[in-house]
Amino acid sequence: MVAAEETYKALELSSGWFLENAWLIALIPAVAFALIIAFGKKMPFKGAEFGLVSIGASLVIATGAGIQWMQRTDSADHGGEAAQGAFNGIRGALRAAEGAEAEPFIEPVVSQWVWWQNSGLEFGIGSHIDGLSILLLWLVAFISLLVQVFSLDYVRGDRRYTHFFAALTLFSSGMLVMVMASNTVQLILGWEIMGLCSFMLIGHWWEDAYNSHSALKAFFTVRVGDVGLLIGVAILFFGSNQWAVDNLGSNGFDIRAIQAWALSGDGSSWTLLMASVTLFIAAIGKSGQFPFHTWLPDAMAGPTPVSSLLHSSTMVVAGVFLVARIYPVFWEGFNIANGGLSFIAIIGGITIVIAALLAFVQDDIKKVLAYSTVSQLGYMMLGLGTGAWLPAVFHVFTHAFFKCCLFLAAGSISHSGSHHSFDMKKDMGGLRKFMPITFGAWCVSTLALTGVIPFAGFWSKDEIIDNVGDAGYTFLFWVGLFGAALTAMYMTRATYLTFFGEPRGAAAGIHLDDDHGYATEHRETLVTAATIDRKLVSVGAAPQSLGAAAAHGDHDDHDGDHGDHHDDHHDDHGPHESGKLILVPIVILAVLALTSGFANPTPLAGDALGLNLGEGVELVKKYVEPRPEAVSLDIAAGHAGESLQLLEPGGFVPQSESGGEGEGAKKTGCGRSTPEVGTVCYFPAVSHAVPTLSKILLSLGVVAMGYAAAIGFCIAFYKNKHPKLVGLTERSRIARSGYLFLKNKYYLDALYQNVFVYFVSRPLAKATYWFNQNVIDAAVDGVGAGGKRAGEFVYKNIDQKLVDGAVNASGTIASETGHGLQPIQSGRVNHYASLLFGAAAVGAIVLVILNVS
Amino acid sequence: MLAVNFLLLAAVLFCIGVFGVIARRNAVMVLMSIELILNAVNLNLIAFALMNNNQEGHVFALYVIAIAAAEVGVGLAMVLMIYRNRKSIALDELSEMKG
Repeated sequence: MVAAEETYKALELSSGWFLENAWLIALIPAVAFALIIAFGKKMPFKGAEFGLVSIGASLVIATGAGIQWMQRTDSADHGGEAAQGAFNGIRGALRAAEGAEAEPFIEPVVSQWVWWQNSGLEFGIGSHIDGLSILLLWLVAFISLLVQVFSLDYVRGDRRYTHFFAALTLFSSGMLVMVMASNTVQLILGWEIMGLCSFMLIGHWWEDAYNSHSALKAFFTVRVGDVGLLIGVAILFFGSNQWAVDNLGSNGFDIRAIQAWALSGDGSSWTLLMASVTLFIAAIGKSGQFPFHTWLPDAMAGPTPVSSLLHSSTMVVAGVFLVARIYPVFWEGFNIANGGLSFIAIIGGITIVIAALLAFVQDDIKKVLAYSTVSQLGYMMLGLGTGAWLPAVFHVFTHAFFKCCLFLAAGSISHSGSHHSFDMKKDMGGLRKFMPITFGAWCVSTLALTGVIPFAGFWSKDEIIDNVGDAGYTFLFWVGLFGAALTAMYMTRATYLTFFGEPRGAAAGIHLDDDHGYATEHRETLVTAATIDRKLVSVGAAPQSLGAAAAHGDHDDHDGDHGDHHDDHHDDHGPHESGKLILVPIVILAVLALTSGFANPTPLAGDALGLNLGEGVELVKKYVEPRPEAVSLDIAAGHAGESLQLLEPGGFVPQSESGGEGEGAKKTGCGRSTPEVGTVCYFPAVSHAVPTLSKILLSLGVVAMGYAAAIGFCIAFYKNKHPKLVGLTERSRIARSGYLFLKNKYYLDALYQNVFVYFVSRPLAKATYWFNQNVIDAAVDGVGAGGKRAGEFVYKNIDQKLVDGAVNASGTIASETGHGLQPIQSGRVNHYASLLFGAAAVGAIVLVILNVS
Repeated sequence: MLAVNFLLLAAVLFCIGVFGVIARRNAVMVLMSIELILNAVNLNLIAFALMNNNQEGHVFALYVIAIAAAEVGVGLAMVLMIYRNRKSIALDELSEMKG
């Protein structure tokens, strides 16, 4: 077995077992998936133990790798300086140019094996561990573990329990593979594993047509974006391959080579722009950005743990990760360095607002959260699109905790409070008395989501908005603030409808609709007066009566139909607090929703709080953000001396069309100007906003206004039923059309369904059918007819006459010979004897004649 | 020469035997004819042994007599069985092995 391990070693950086064996983090869940499929059903916990243990092991390794990465960074900052020798000159020059103290670039730990190769081009598979990978590896493992614990109780008794855990584990594995990808091919692998698993998990209860349609919709919508990913990777490969081979000794699939190439000024701005656009289309599809966000709310058809995992740390974050990972490409492609209004920022800004508005008209609690996720992903994209890399990545980190917590809380509500319904208007209300712990966790996460100081969301979301404003995008700055206000409003509405007011429907103990909530929209129309009456009777009548028993049995069958059989609920139908397995993950996440922001607190905002956080508290900035420092090619290529000779003198020609304007006038350094000959950059020098008290107060004020307005509206509308507000949509045309516009999701679904599918797909399908019938079929038929004729000729002439003739002739000859000789075999001894003696006589005569003569 | 007379006698005996084998219908008669043929051969063996003055012909004749005795025993047993089954020993009626 040839395993060509290639570890980049640079400077005197400390490494460690966990960093070099980080590939185990993704491998262990993948193996666990196979074990669950093979042996899961025979195990005492139906395969769940494999999932939990494997994700737990991944979390341990990821934690170890995180600690070692921090040590590595520290070793570079303190001990490594002396050992750098020759490169101090380069670094010193850059440091002088920037006018600030520069920290050395921390080489990622790359362990790579050759997966397969084709005509000298090696496709590697392995791990590429840097701060971003570590952050997400740990996050994915952590969230996956909590979600799996939650699932133990939530999907207990499900008919596809084992398969659920198998898919969940493979899903985490796919995300981990993608996050640690050392080349774009591996990235696509992880990306597609996730796409497949999301299809399997969203359609987990596929017996219901709505669920399987949702799964298909998610799969196909993401697939549209995947085409962009393939094209983008191909563009990057053809753009960077030659440069990568010459300078780094790798190839155009290597992520580090792509990063370095994008910043080297070798690629034309047109190539980079096309690559950025196509890759961002992939991110739009995966991360549910406008206009491909429509699959995300429908993905709520899956079980709640799936929604939670999908929307916090995996699937949807993949698009953000893609942009963050090969950020230099987007940096150069969209000219973010010079304040270009990038495609990413525009899409992000649009997404923030439209998704937040849609969240107002949803009755399904999970759909409110889904649109909230879309909106928050918009913030991340907005941040990435305007150069605020660090806050965007930090927002991924904090968002995962509070959004996962909100989803799990919603799951807890439906599990124990509203009898498997997710409909806020029909089956919830007043639940805070019944479910105090869930309510508390929900409130903490809501405050975190809306960005109230000191909860986690404040430190990340506010940073994004602040940086957007600081980078000069004034309009997008106000869009961000407006989005923050909207977030506060729709979350207030959801909180009010769920936890305050009078209990309604299932929350009050009445089960009008037994659809378990995951198909609310689909089932709503099916609820008729007759079904309501029957359910009311069956609940109200004495349980001993035959009719009630029959109705109850019917109800049980219904549960069984969907494989969502919760046996612990048939004795107690009233709302109550959930069990420990559900509450523990929620509480852990709520604590993190409160505290995780302090992983990267802005010092000034900390001062405003009265906390003296001191120096070096911005841990994420220190350990996760790659340093925008040039690295000598000797080190980058891994073999000294060799590559420098390959370097042509004119290798680094400054791009006059892209870099001309900003050069000299603005800052220099990685991503601002072309690196010096013999050096490469891996990350652009992004700017960091210096927070000011006025901006913090402004954003907090906006959020507070949002809360105030929403609370006032909720009390007036839902509690007091103010006559001016109730029925406004019936009276006012503007209000009605606005409501319908939102309720129908901007008619985007209708657009896709009726315009793209009807006017594009259908004529295309018809044309394809015509082409198939008249061209391809004709050709096939022609070939078939020719073949038939040739066959007939061969049959008639060669087969029948020649071959069969020979065969028949030999048979006939044998037969005729036999017939001719038959009389000899008379069966009579005398005849035989006469023949014998006759023959002997003849023989004797012949012998005599021969002897005589 | 004396040997020629022996050989002529043997030839005559052989021809009588062959005629008997071919022409007789009675199985016992056919067996007896075979005996004649064998004895004609014996005569030839002894005559040539005398002519060439060696002993092998004599020894071989003794072998032939012994084998002939066995052959007659087996042959008569078969004839007896055929007679028991078919109440007849006419050979021309035994044509089940006709091809």
